[in-house]
Amino acid sequence: MIISSFFDIVLVVLILGIGASTIAAREAFAAIICFVVYGLLLAIAWVRLSAADVALTEAAIGGGMTGMLMLGAVARLRSAEGNDIRTSLPTRLAAGAMCALISAGLATAILVPPEVIPTLAPMVMENLAQSGLGNPVAGVLFVYRALDTLLEKVVLILALLGVWSLAPDGAWGGIPGLRVYTQPSRTLTFLAQLLPPVGIVVAVYMCWVGANEPGGAFQGGTILAAMWLLVMIAGLKRVPAIGQPWLRLLLVVGPVIFLAIGLAGMVLAGAFLAYPSGYAKPLIVTVEFALTLSIGVALGLLAAGPPEQAQRQ
Amino acid sequence: MNAATLFGLCGAALAGLGLYGLVTNPEPLRKILAFNLLGSGVFLVFGVVARRAAASGLGGDPVPQAMVITAIVVAFAATAMAIALLLRLLQETGRPTLDADNPAGTDRGNS
Repeated sequence: MIISSFFDIVLVVLILGIGASTIAAREAFAAIICFVVYGLLLAIAWVRLSAADVALTEAAIGGGMTGMLMLGAVARLRSAEGNDIRTSLPTRLAAGAMCALISAGLATAILVPPEVIPTLAPMVMENLAQSGLGNPVAGVLFVYRALDTLLEKVVLILALLGVWSLAPDGAWGGIPGLRVYTQPSRTLTFLAQLLPPVGIVVAVYMCWVGANEPGGAFQGGTILAAMWLLVMIAGLKRVPAIGQPWLRLLLVVGPVIFLAIGLAGMVLAGAFLAYPSGYAKPLIVTVEFALTLSIGVALGLLAAGPPEQAQRQ
Repeated sequence: MNAATLFGLCGAALAGLGLYGLVTNPEPLRKILAFNLLGSGVFLVFGVVARRAAASGLGGDPVPQAMVITAIVVAFAATAMAIALLLRLLQETGRPTLDADNPAGTDRGNS
């Protein structure tokens, strides 16, 4: 008990320290490295809160993918001239005081809990057996709040459309400007050959086990995206042009299957996104596998950025 | 004080820290970073509320957990969009700053 609370205190001190250094670091590059470490520490905090699903998502997306995006951005910004504007000391002090007030308000909300704590957990557990799933978080994501999950996939695709539409006119439908290391770096090439088979197996496992244990389509999709990006960055596979039909098909296959099953539910089970009784688990696993593919491709393309060069014919 | 409360206070502090970075740091990339910090602090506060409502023999309330997972993915999508906007700004104007289209009102030194 004492050891675990000591661990928690050290963890919180580390998180706050690293979090503060992402804000205080002089160099943007250092701040981003701090942010990646911060994401991983935060994932441990989520494990301590018994939220392993959230921990996996935070480590994969919050730390890993966001960190990679930021590192790509800082590499390009470095060549540009810096920004010498400094916020004046009175402004900093005022902002600091206001932010401290907001933190204090949130802390009060934590320390003074309401009399009756609202929770839907008993209802979730009561009805979970009907869906055939063992992981209550997956149950919430794919059964009770399936509409949220569907719309979230749509958000990913909308974000990708937004990123693509920032391309210069001439490059539309072309190849994303992902930084590729054309110089054959031995370690990178070796890792890009060694890791993907392992990563793909882990991704499939994550997706499959997500029905009963922590894991699921997001986490599996993120690992797929990471493997794909690794292979592209190492120059083993060309970055595909965004106009490729197979690419667009992979992007929409998950949401389309999800939507089709949802619409079929209107006929077979009487409500949009309802599953016919007895078929819930096979349908959910089908949706999860299709979504894993789509999420992997969408995340990979989001990280690759807008197209920058026209497709070579 | 139990572990959940400790992490809740940590989340509250992170939210304030992120907001401070968002307000005071002039570089857009650092603002995006600070915004992510602010967001993760809010998620942590939300997750602690989930932990507190733990019932039915669960470690935590699964409903807020599922919402935090969705939120992390949506935050990533928004970050990707913001970074793409920033890089496009750099491509168009040659500077990664937001006041590039207002050079008359500039009071910075010869940078």
